[in-house]
Amino acid sequence: MNNSNQINIAEHSEGMSLVVRTIARWVKSFIFIFGLYIVFYGHLTPGGGFAGGVIICCSFILVLLAFGKERAFKRLSLERAGALDSIGALGFLLVAVAGIFFAGTFFVNWLSVPAAGSINSLLRKIGVGEFRLLSAGTIPVNNIWIAIKVCASMYLVFALLAMLRINDDTQEDL
Amino acid sequence: MKSFLIPFFVVLPLGAAFLVVLVPTRLRKIADVLANLCALMLLIAAGIVCVKGITGVYFVGGWEIPVGISMVLDGFSGLMLLTISVITFASTLYSVSYMEQFTWKTKFYCLFLLMVAGMNGVVLSGDFFNLFVFLEIASIASYALVGYGCRHEELEATFKYLALGNLAALCVLLGVAFVYGLTGTLNMADFSIRTAGYMNNGLLIALALFLTGFGLKAALVPMHAWLPDAHPSAPTPISAMLSGVFIKATGVYALVRVSMNVFPPMQLTHEIILVLGGLSMVVGVFMAIGQWDFKRLLAYHSISQIGYVMIGIGLGTPLGILGAVYHLINHAAFKSLLFLGAGAVEYQTGTRQLRQMGGLRQRMPVTSSSTLIASLAISGLPPFNGFFSKVIIIWACVQANRYGYAVAAVIVSVMTIASFMKVQKYAFFGKLKEKWGKIKEVPATMQIAMVFLAVLCLLMSLLIVPALRDVVLQPAVDSIIAGTNYVTFAGGL
Amino acid sequence: MIYGLCILLFLIGLYAVVTKHNLIKIVIGFIIMENAINLFLIMLGYRMGGKAPIIWQDAAGKADIAAFANSAVDPLPQALVLTSIVISLGVTALMVAICLRVYQRYGTFDISKIRRLKG
Repeated sequence: MNNSNQINIAEHSEGMSLVVRTIARWVKSFIFIFGLYIVFYGHLTPGGGFAGGVIICCSFILVLLAFGKERAFKRLSLERAGALDSIGALGFLLVAVAGIFFAGTFFVNWLSVPAAGSINSLLRKIGVGEFRLLSAGTIPVNNIWIAIKVCASMYLVFALLAMLRINDDTQEDL
Repeated sequence: MKSFLIPFFVVLPLGAAFLVVLVPTRLRKIADVLANLCALMLLIAAGIVCVKGITGVYFVGGWEIPVGISMVLDGFSGLMLLTISVITFASTLYSVSYMEQFTWKTKFYCLFLLMVAGMNGVVLSGDFFNLFVFLEIASIASYALVGYGCRHEELEATFKYLALGNLAALCVLLGVAFVYGLTGTLNMADFSIRTAGYMNNGLLIALALFLTGFGLKAALVPMHAWLPDAHPSAPTPISAMLSGVFIKATGVYALVRVSMNVFPPMQLTHEIILVLGGLSMVVGVFMAIGQWDFKRLLAYHSISQIGYVMIGIGLGTPLGILGAVYHLINHAAFKSLLFLGAGAVEYQTGTRQLRQMGGLRQRMPVTSSSTLIASLAISGLPPFNGFFSKVIIIWACVQANRYGYAVAAVIVSVMTIASFMKVQKYAFFGKLKEKWGKIKEVPATMQIAMVFLAVLCLLMSLLIVPALRDVVLQPAVDSIIAGTNYVTFAGGL
Repeated sequence: MIYGLCILLFLIGLYAVVTKHNLIKIVIGFIIMENAINLFLIMLGYRMGGKAPIIWQDAAGKADIAAFANSAVDPLPQALVLTSIVISLGVTALMVAICLRVYQRYGTFDISKIRRLKG
């Protein structure tokens, strides 16, 4: 037991001390779930895509800080974060453009009952409307896309700024 | 489909930007195709808007003003859209080959298209805050693009540009805050209705903040320090975009829209714009004439030529505004062409210093002849487009009894000729230096882009013909002059 | 009067931007200016003892618009501030990245030593 713990430390020598890593291991999933809660309830309570996305991103940043970059990149590599970044933006745009096709106006809340004309009864069946699951129309959908976008881009900003090493070798003569 | 046309100008480049960045770097040919397709579609759409004279107001999300966000397409916006699309098209075509020397071409296209989306948004937005948001989208993309090469000078220029650009944006934001605090509305048309020509000190502060912010973006002379550093440091297609349309869309357009259409037109604003315009015109050309760096010289000429545009606007007469609008689109064509030419020379020789060039005409005939056309156009020689717009502006000065400005404009024009004679003599004419014996003409896509703009420089002189002028220029002039018309039109009243 | 404090904060930021020689201090000056404007916008919509801008229902189940307009704070500036915070986040991240790159190249944060461009 003791032995395996020793190996564990040697493996992740890049990260912080044992105390930090143990706490981070406990806390990271709770932060993640709290972020999801903020995102999914953004249309009913304070919060929303941006705040929730930042909180979700914090759990990844915690992993990055506590366990070093190898382990963090195993969860969310920079390439994947970059892809998620643009996918989030594209998804948001798609929801906005879908308003043109379903309700005739760009960015209209087409999942709400008064706006959607022809697909009204269909929407009722899948749970759109007051006191149903999708009571706020496209707002929660957009929140999810924004959360993906914000989470990925904040993570990228943090990881790239943290990784930019200033060493004297690359410094050219002035 | 007409209803979709207005948001289309923002949605398409935004979508394409995020799609392009998903393309892996080894498949960057797909990114080339995608970006050029996007530019072509924008060009076609803008052409349709201008030729058919489509105008309209679009309520985003179906919320009517003053509650919702509106996008307003009138004559001036339509003309600006066409200008942006033309230069975008040329620049994307040019960057297919040119950007091969940089890494991460897909990221470049992403930022480029974001900048286009931001500029289109600035031109179309109908409320103050949206104007600010789109201004920032375009600006942030342009900051990143200026420092794209990550060399010493580029980074320094980027920080300078970033600091001053951010200051401009903050001025605009503070102006927005003042406007909202004093009138309780952010929609431009609604703001005009509520104030109804009434000005108090608070609104004057807001107007001053807007003038400072947009003046910084347009690089009018006391606020010009960033431009000669930032524009030459960017990769060439971006220099062409920044000098050709960026300072006009985010600077001149926004300034004119806010000070002429939204705030009540006042003698004071006209005077300020005239003085700033005159100063930029003279100082820009004086600084340009001593430059030996090709692109830096062009950047100083941008300041000087924007001075012409501002004088025309500041006169406030229909003829002056016609000249200004005409010169604005002309400058977009020939200044972009000049930057593309300078970039082509740099691409082959690796230098921007005029003293080190010489005799390149024998080796690079297409580049040299198209640059010659642009030089003649910017110097204001007939039969090129620059001549006609300068004559209109000078004639408008004389008509408005502003003889001083007319004389200054003529002198600046002469000095522009002198400075471009220097460029032609040192770079393209004269004896071919030995070390340039082996260089070739630039790749085909770059040539096509330059020839396209060169032909445009010639064709745009036809806009002086009344039949064409009425279609292309007159709607823009009308929408600038008639401040109250804008309100009734954009307010949907 | 209280708006004057926001303007004062804005001017403090401007002072830092104009006079400081350290790139990071300039960035901090910009952050102060941004926050001053955000504070100014929030103050514009604030009302002493105001309620959160959520339309609520009275006993009869009707939305009470008049009471809402009388007692709630103005929600629009809050939306504006959220947007401008996001924008300033982007600008600040870009600024810090450029500062780091400048340090990598020049080996200093002092702007009086970073002078290659002239004329």
